[in-house]
Amino acid sequence: MIQTIAFYLFAVMVIASGALTITARNPVHSVLWLILAFFNAAGLMLLVGAEFIAMLLVIVYVGAVAVLFLFVVMMLDIDFAEMRAGFARYLPFGLAIAAALLAEIVIAAGVWQAGPVQLAGRAALTPAPESMTNIEAIGALLYTRYLFVFEGAGLVLLVAMIGAIVLTHRARGGVRQQNVTRQNMRRPHEATRMTNPPVGKGVEL
Amino acid sequence: MIGLQHFLVVSAILFVMGVLGIFLNRKNVIIILMAIELILLSVNINLVAFSAYLHDLVGQIFAMFVLTVAAGEAAIGLAILVIYFRGRGTIAVDDINQMKG
Repeated sequence: MIQTIAFYLFAVMVIASGALTITARNPVHSVLWLILAFFNAAGLMLLVGAEFIAMLLVIVYVGAVAVLFLFVVMMLDIDFAEMRAGFARYLPFGLAIAAALLAEIVIAAGVWQAGPVQLAGRAALTPAPESMTNIEAIGALLYTRYLFVFEGAGLVLLVAMIGAIVLTHRARGGVRQQNVTRQNMRRPHEATRMTNPPVGKGVEL
Repeated sequence: MIGLQHFLVVSAILFVMGVLGIFLNRKNVIIILMAIELILLSVNINLVAFSAYLHDLVGQIFAMFVLTVAAGEAAIGLAILVIYFRGRGTIAVDDINQMKG
């Protein structure tokens, strides 16, 4: 009973906050609704027992991606009222596409309900062992059979990081920077000079 | 009783909402990126629901990889957005036709 209530709570909230994400007038509000959607999706995943993915969703999506969005929205100075100009114009077309897509998904689900298309037998299941927690089981699978795919995922993240840095980095001209090596290489005898000028003559530099 | 169908319906609605968001906010590329995040989230819900239904952990492993790709895509997309804004002073994506694509 409590699971049913929790499911409907999370499901309604995730759909409502998804709708508000795409219709909010202010993009900052959009990002905040997106964060709420991520939290509720994490709740949905907790309900089916995928604790690790739920925590990952909170940490990676809310902690990193949504904050990155918020940062960019606030950093760019954009006239958002002008941005929404085509909203009403695209509404009928967008709704038509959405209706067509939803109808296709419903048909697909109905067909699947009637009986699956047997493409191939599921030969090797990888069940979660009852003795392990979800996180242990995922770790045991991820670091053995999916090790190379996991390394590939790390490589994707590395490329994304380097790409983002290379794209946004710019060398500013006219900035005086400290050159630590040159500073350390300097010796007193090349930097200072002892003179004994006569009175009233001054020093030639 | 909550079954697989319920999760699939939630995921389908969220997916369609993401697609609708792309069409509604044609000018604002930030909202388009957020709509793509919604689509990927719905895919993740689908993968995790099937993983629980089939008692097969591979769905959760692949949900993690989808998450990785989503994070990388958001980072690169926002970086491109920032340099585009730096050069043009606007992010109206319907003006982007320099490459005549």
